[in-house]
Amino acid sequence: MDPASTIGHQEFDRQRDPQHHRTLGSDAGDDRDSRNASPEQGLNRRTFVARGLSFVGLAAVQGLAPAWAAGKPRIPDDPTRVPGSPPSAYGQRSTFEDASRLVSPSHSLTPLQALHGIITPSALHFERHHNGVPLIDPARHRLVIHGLVERPTLFTLDELMRFPSVSRTAFIECSGNSGGEWREPKGKTAQETHGLTSTSEWTGVSLATLLREAGAKPEAAWMLAEGSDAAAMTRSIPLASVLDEALVCYAQNGEALRPEQGYPLRLLLPGWEGNTCIKWLRRLKLGTTPFMTREETSRYTDLMPDGTARRFTFVMEAKSVITSPSGGQQITPGFVEIRGLAWSGRGRVTRVEVSTDGGRTWKLAGLQEPILPKCHTRFRFPWRWDGQETILQSRCIDEMGYRQPAREALITVRGVNSYYHYNAIQSWKLLPSGEVRNVQV
Amino acid sequence: MSRSKAPWAFMALAIVVGLVMVGNEVPAQDAPGPYGLGFPATEEEIRAWDIDVSPNGEGLPPGRGTVKQGAAVYAAKCAACHGATGTEGPKDRLVGGQDTLATDQPVKTIGSFWPYATTLYDYIYRTMPYTAPQSLTPEEVYSIVAWLLFQNGIVVEDAVMDATTLPAVRMPNRDGFVSDPRPDVERRERGHSLIPGIPSRGLALWLEHR
Repeated sequence: MDPASTIGHQEFDRQRDPQHHRTLGSDAGDDRDSRNASPEQGLNRRTFVARGLSFVGLAAVQGLAPAWAAGKPRIPDDPTRVPGSPPSAYGQRSTFEDASRLVSPSHSLTPLQALHGIITPSALHFERHHNGVPLIDPARHRLVIHGLVERPTLFTLDELMRFPSVSRTAFIECSGNSGGEWREPKGKTAQETHGLTSTSEWTGVSLATLLREAGAKPEAAWMLAEGSDAAAMTRSIPLASVLDEALVCYAQNGEALRPEQGYPLRLLLPGWEGNTCIKWLRRLKLGTTPFMTREETSRYTDLMPDGTARRFTFVMEAKSVITSPSGGQQITPGFVEIRGLAWSGRGRVTRVEVSTDGGRTWKLAGLQEPILPKCHTRFRFPWRWDGQETILQSRCIDEMGYRQPAREALITVRGVNSYYHYNAIQSWKLLPSGEVRNVQV
Repeated sequence: MSRSKAPWAFMALAIVVGLVMVGNEVPAQDAPGPYGLGFPATEEEIRAWDIDVSPNGEGLPPGRGTVKQGAAVYAAKCAACHGATGTEGPKDRLVGGQDTLATDQPVKTIGSFWPYATTLYDYIYRTMPYTAPQSLTPEEVYSIVAWLLFQNGIVVEDAVMDATTLPAVRMPNRDGFVSDPRPDVERRERGHSLIPGIPSRGLALWLEHR
């Protein structure tokens, strides 16, 4: 195997992001030097595992880390011969790592193709907000529960943390995830096609506990949840459907919520549209009917070919995507571990099947424990690429027996104008050059 | 006498407390809820945040606005983003699009898509203008709503919008929404149970089943 094939990573990073392209392009000479110096090269030469996908090349990183490219920390030739850095108060990732969210004015996308396991690092959890991330002092933040309750109640954050706490590892997926794929293979990378889903361990207090504390009246059937952001984001939630699992969360992956994820308080409705998991939660109002806010009438409703629109389509149906090899990546012939994520808003993923021949045959992928309900599940499939053009696909089946649909089946029923809830099988085409492209079959 | 009774009293209390704890309830202290946490929200505190408006008009404040007033407020505070007539953008198109929803290029606007006129009040007050949300007076919101409804051909030019007239406005796409029929594409595999829909039962039923 030619060690120079690691260049592939640098190349697709350039394709993926024009800004990176400019940065990298400006110091290509340095890239080449650092690549030659990579201590991992010898290792890779001795193994048959194609290296292109398994690590981010030093070369690509150097161009993205101008701090040390400018000469601040000096890289020792032999790290066993110089003392390392002292402990630090809040850790940072290695300066060699550069996986980043892809940012637009209203949202940012998780770099699924660069991640491992099922937990999304908090700093890389996708964002979707409707008028920016508010700056909230937790000492001044309050949650009010009112409407059809015996005791309209205000809670401080300290008080909420005194209630029995519950942790739950769950995905949150924006219902607009993959929305660009309804009409055409729009996204170039897995980040662009599927990056509006992320998984965290969430900790908080059960919504049911809080509603009992406020004395919810039996006739209450719907709850308006409202955020403390500049959109005062609101959704109406049918209570009986969520009380078993809904959490009011103050923590994510062991620490306080990130500001972009609702600091200091957010709702978590496992398996439901991300927008229902109201961030910066300040108000819960109980009523008998839905409140019909803009976010459940004009938005987050799914237009069908006959002109009607489905409303309150809360559940995120089963979906999967191969994260490597995936669009924009570059691979070489030989052993390739096909890796990806599968999830279902209705429960556990029970099976993931992979096709390496454009859907003619399907084989079972291995599922990595833990396989949790309403949570990303990591799947893997060992494969050897012969260098011929082909199409890679994955599809998942959840514990309710629902099977992720083919694109044709999905658009036959729903047309191409619904925007939300696109969960069709994703196809990645491998070209003989080793390039991976988003296609629709 | 009292010395011999004390241990019994203590034990009885301990048993009662124990039973309450086993029942996952903690005796109330400062507040009447099971855990005694939180504090009563006053009407004034609630009013400051209670800004939602329901389709039946609940939540609409006093005040009124006309189409003519609305044209001026819209031009001053909305047109920069939504265009002079509500069709030009660059942000969301607000006017027109009727009879396009079932076509290949649907245009979803207030007139063609929104099912409830009250949502206009709620959303405009809640979020607009984008750079200064919750800054409009009730008169300004009512008048912008009146103008937008007029532009969409839903109310007449001399219409006055207030807490009584707005909920009575029937939007053209009022009946254009259906409930969630999923799973609608792939059906269950053999041997698996049917997928339950989202129940519409109330809180009472849920509480009974706990």
